[in-house]
Amino acid sequence: MMALPYITEHTGFTGTVYATEPTVQIGRLLMEELVNFTERVPKAQSASLWKNKDTQRLLPSPLKDAVEVSTWRRCYTMQEVNSALSKIQLVGYSQKIELFGAVQVTPLSSGYALGSSNWIIQSHYEKVSYVSGSSLLTTHPQPMDQASLKNSDVLVLTGLTQIPTANPDGMVGEFFSNLALTVRNGGNVLVPCYPSGVIYDLLECLYQYIDSAGLSSIPFYFISPVANSSLEFSQIFAEWLCHNKQTKVYLPEPPFPHAELIQTNKLKHYPSIHGDFSNDFRQPCVVFTGHPSLRFGDVVHFMELWGKSSLNTVIFTEPDFSYLEALAPYQPLAMKCIYCPIDTRLNFIQVSKLLKEVQPLHVVCPEQYTQPPPAQAHRMDLMIDCQPPPMSYRRAEVLALPFKRRYEKIEIMPELADSLVPMEMKPGVSLATVSAVLHTKDNKHALQPPPRPIQPTGGKKRKRVTDDIPDCKVLKPLLSGSIPVEQFVQTLEKHGFSDIKVEDTAKGHIVLLQEAETLIQIEEDSTHIICDNDEMLRVRLRDLVLKFLQKF
Amino acid sequence: MDPECAQLLPALCAALTDPRQPVADDTCLEKLLDWFKTLTEAGSSLQLLQDSPCLVELLLQVPKAPGLSPRVLAFSLRLAGLLAAQEDCFQFLQGELLPGLFGEAGPLGGAAWTAPTVRSGWIQGLRSLAQHPSALHFLADLGALDTVVSLQGDSSLFVASAAGQLLAHLLGLSLRGQAEGSPGPQVCDWPASAQRIVGHIEESLCSPAAPRVTQALNVLTTTFGHCHQLWAQVLWARLSPLAACLLEKDPVPAAHSLVDLLLSAARSPALSSDRSRWETVAQALGRLSPAHAGPLALGLLTLQDCPQALSAQAFTVLLQPLACVLKAATQAPGPPGLPAGPEGDPAVADALLSSRSACVGLLCQTLAHLELLQPLPQRPAPWPQAPLLGAAVTVLRFCNGSAVPASGSDVGGRLCAILAGCVRVQRAALGFLGALSADTGPPELVTQVFAVLLDYLQSPDSSPTVLKKAFQATLRWLLSARTPPGCCDLDPPTQLLLRELLPVLQRRLCSPCWEVRDSGLEFLTQVVGCWAGQAGFRHALLASEVPQLAQQLLQDPESYVRASAVTAVGQLSSRGLPATPAGPEHPGGPQKSLLPELLHVLAADSEGFPRRAAMQVFTQWLRDGHAEVAEDTERFVARVLQAASRDLDWEVRAQGLELARVFLEQTLGQPGSRCPYAVAAPEAAAPGRVAQALRAACRVQLVEFAFRALFDYDRPVAQKSCDLLLFLRDQAAPWDSLQEARGSPDVASVEAALRRWRAGEQGQPLGPLEPEAVLAVLRSMDLEGLRGALAESSDHVERNPQSLLQDMLATVGILGDNEADCY
Repeated sequence: MMALPYITEHTGFTGTVYATEPTVQIGRLLMEELVNFTERVPKAQSASLWKNKDTQRLLPSPLKDAVEVSTWRRCYTMQEVNSALSKIQLVGYSQKIELFGAVQVTPLSSGYALGSSNWIIQSHYEKVSYVSGSSLLTTHPQPMDQASLKNSDVLVLTGLTQIPTANPDGMVGEFFSNLALTVRNGGNVLVPCYPSGVIYDLLECLYQYIDSAGLSSIPFYFISPVANSSLEFSQIFAEWLCHNKQTKVYLPEPPFPHAELIQTNKLKHYPSIHGDFSNDFRQPCVVFTGHPSLRFGDVVHFMELWGKSSLNTVIFTEPDFSYLEALAPYQPLAMKCIYCPIDTRLNFIQVSKLLKEVQPLHVVCPEQYTQPPPAQAHRMDLMIDCQPPPMSYRRAEVLALPFKRRYEKIEIMPELADSLVPMEMKPGVSLATVSAVLHTKDNKHALQPPPRPIQPTGGKKRKRVTDDIPDCKVLKPLLSGSIPVEQFVQTLEKHGFSDIKVEDTAKGHIVLLQEAETLIQIEEDSTHIICDNDEMLRVRLRDLVLKFLQKF
Repeated sequence: MDPECAQLLPALCAALTDPRQPVADDTCLEKLLDWFKTLTEAGSSLQLLQDSPCLVELLLQVPKAPGLSPRVLAFSLRLAGLLAAQEDCFQFLQGELLPGLFGEAGPLGGAAWTAPTVRSGWIQGLRSLAQHPSALHFLADLGALDTVVSLQGDSSLFVASAAGQLLAHLLGLSLRGQAEGSPGPQVCDWPASAQRIVGHIEESLCSPAAPRVTQALNVLTTTFGHCHQLWAQVLWARLSPLAACLLEKDPVPAAHSLVDLLLSAARSPALSSDRSRWETVAQALGRLSPAHAGPLALGLLTLQDCPQALSAQAFTVLLQPLACVLKAATQAPGPPGLPAGPEGDPAVADALLSSRSACVGLLCQTLAHLELLQPLPQRPAPWPQAPLLGAAVTVLRFCNGSAVPASGSDVGGRLCAILAGCVRVQRAALGFLGALSADTGPPELVTQVFAVLLDYLQSPDSSPTVLKKAFQATLRWLLSARTPPGCCDLDPPTQLLLRELLPVLQRRLCSPCWEVRDSGLEFLTQVVGCWAGQAGFRHALLASEVPQLAQQLLQDPESYVRASAVTAVGQLSSRGLPATPAGPEHPGGPQKSLLPELLHVLAADSEGFPRRAAMQVFTQWLRDGHAEVAEDTERFVARVLQAASRDLDWEVRAQGLELARVFLEQTLGQPGSRCPYAVAAPEAAAPGRVAQALRAACRVQLVEFAFRALFDYDRPVAQKSCDLLLFLRDQAAPWDSLQEARGSPDVASVEAALRRWRAGEQGQPLGPLEPEAVLAVLRSMDLEGLRGALAESSDHVERNPQSLLQDMLATVGILGDNEADCY
């Protein structure tokens, strides 16, 4: 989502973007925060010469190791954000979206965040599921819809947890233990975070834990240009929330308890550290603010402010950035640093359960998921283990999915269907011949009745010869069935033919009537009677052949 | 039978045979049977029947009465069996009555047989009856054996199991019945009934149907379990080849029952001279799957007389899963390999890797077996302590993903995937690791043990139950790291562990999960209890924030945690390790008294657990002469007893009496509690001390507290109070110099108050008491009688047979009234 403006505004994109409403609203907030953070500190000049490859390799690490620096872009503006968002068409879970008649696309709840989706892309006979960031844990969003993923030909699996060894529950425990320990000792806690997502769950846990841990008197600050919107938006997306939270709305109560934290003044939110915050600021306290990379945003000020005291603690919860790299420019630091990445997306055990439940015919996933992480090569549990083995892909690789499109659905117009007279070939199987016009438009096919011949209107115009053909043509019956050679030979003998010889060929049989110098070539889909200039004989033989076949 | 019961019995018997009467519930019928059992055990059954002809009538009527409840039918069958257990009574009943009940004429052929209760009653009746040779003839005439055999496959497990046991009993009886010496050395010399049973067992053992094999094995297991006679050898010689044949099959049928049989045979004294059983057992160890061989191996290793070679084989079998795990990991700690053979058994590896549940089950079973074996004196020697430590550490490392599989080992890779995060195996391995602390290990291994324990204590992924086990194992290892003689401090590895452990404990005490906070506090209490004398430990603990955190947890929202916090801070305070105020703003600030806080818990906590814990701490403080108590002991005792007397929780009040006893012992000059097993009675205290003690007891209102507790609705409190007052009275026994105040107004008012209290009016206080009056009241009371009455269970009145009969009749009587109303 965060890269959307780069796609829609810089690549000549003219299409439609489909997204759920919370994705759009929260995505807007995240982008708005990013733009705000970067625009707060405008650069008078921008350096680009270093991106020259020859120069770059002379630079110290990590600059010299940066990949594809020439493709790096400046951060987008709010105008671009708005323009990108205007191209989005809103969709709801389980809504079927028709794409050019070729496929239907359906978003499903993925259980990871408000409005986050997995997608089903299906035609009449094929189904591909695209599973991105999903969660099976009981957090605030609607639970993951697993049932709709069943019967997939291919399941594309992406967006697994970035920290497969960290169990979110354990990490939340760790987060609160360290938070409580620091605050009890008179220290401050800094939590670099995004303004939406895990923070809702953390605030909820905090609500439950705050009194038991004796933290009732400690102020909690949430500082972000979009803090207020984020907290309020979360409360209005009731239909996108888990069942428990949905039922609260009907009571009516706010679905998230952070409303109560705000009401009781335990949680306070500010757009920035300037203004009201400066007046209210009280220590020891807990501050949630961005950006988690520690490179911009209000978090930078707190790092400067609290970094020198060992009483304070910075707790990293977002798994997107290496906390060691994030901290590097601030070293030496006296404050304690705790890494509690909380990533609720699927881990490999959950994937294994999901695949057992959904049973796709094929799994397609990034190459990284098919082998243990390089740093823990012995952890065979940290890879996807399924049968048949998953098909893997690399960045920018084009992959042919392992199925062939063999059928198309064709609609028959009612009046045409009405005119059909099916004949039962065997119990449960009926056939009818159809003469129709195949009409194809927007990847949809329909059989329509053939156009009626134009009736002569008084002989003003001379009839064209070709116009008569459809009427004059006598429709021969279609034949079906197979000819049992032995019985056919017996029948021939009964009808006076003798000296019959049968030869087996690759495609069928040849019945040779030596006396009559005639050849009957019987194959799976054709029968030929070859006799020289004896039409009577040919017709006789033809009728004998036809006795073994069904006509309709 | 007392006359009252004899009078009530006919009416009850009549009611039981009346299908229209509602039958008392099963419990009443069971109690009735119990009563009859005590009667028949105490005297002659025949006499009982002659004195109570209604019983004969009942047994005669039951099979004839249509529509009788299955419960009454089952009861009658069991009663008949009980009575006929005595041979003379059996003769008396044999003619018509017993065949009517147990034969074709009885429920056997009828609709009532469909009720499992009736089938069960039939079997239990026969089981009771079959006590003498005449019973065997009776059963043979009845053709009961076929029915018993068929009931082995009954749909009700209780019936099936009872049928198997009856069969085993009948086999024993028929062979015991041979009055002249032992039965013949061949089965063909045995009585016909025994031969039939053996034949049936043989047939079943050869059957392709696993349930039949199981039934036969179960009968044999019961037989060898109970039989101490020589014929068991003949039976074993005859049937063990069939059991051995079972071992040849793949898979071995009824393996679980076969293991039971082999263990039963191995334990049987009757087979002690038979060497062949060891061969069969050795064969079984080699043939059974690891999951079944494990319990057999453990059973053998716990035997006293197991041949050494077999013990070694059994131990090898037991160790194989762990050997397999050790082999699958590179850099396994400790010396390589366990005495389980250089090559791991491929069957074990297969069993480990066949599925996740099989692997987890086998490992947990092995670890639990070894944990059981570890403390036994007959455990294999030499005990491979170092490899076992290595194996336990490796299992734990596989479980937390830190074990590196041996290169090229499929087993290692699979184990890694199966065991990662497996809580069951983690718990089992931590339990076993804790048990291994009883022996020492090489220092480098101990370091690894500490490291893995620390990993588990630190890991955010450790579940609360795993953490608890990790704390327990850590404690055991810490306690086993005894101070070297002549040194007053901890060894360096332990100190190192401690340095890392305390920060972890701090974090755990702040966990949002209450179970974790609770386990942390329990660990703290125990470790302080053992190590408070170690200077290194004291220093490290006081330098940490653990004591302050423990004190803060007195306000925890979870009552279990508050209770553990009370115990922990009580312990810390006893050992002179109090919490200093937290925060940099109070460096070295004045120490806050803990007593008011704990008194507040006792007086105000809404849950019982913290209050009980506070009482225990106070009692311990009083015993230890804690500084805060010693300041003004009487005031302390008075405040605690005052709070305890108002408490709604009986355990708090009982603990209050315990504290009162400690106080009395101290004031009477008997510090420390007496040894309950001491032969000599405690000496009475000197008269002067008695007077002082009584005065002190009156001042702190201990006497009033004890008197009130004497009439407590909760019996344990009243019992404890009675004991306390008896102790006080006995201590003052030789004290004649003190003038008793019998008849004085003070005594009268005390006695009046006691009467009111006994009547349930607890409101009025006693007011100030004089020792003389107390003594007079104590001597006037029948405390021994009261103690006897209290020793009876609360339902002793209702439990006598007369009451039972009345209750059962009352049920019937109520129906009678209702019927009358209907007319």
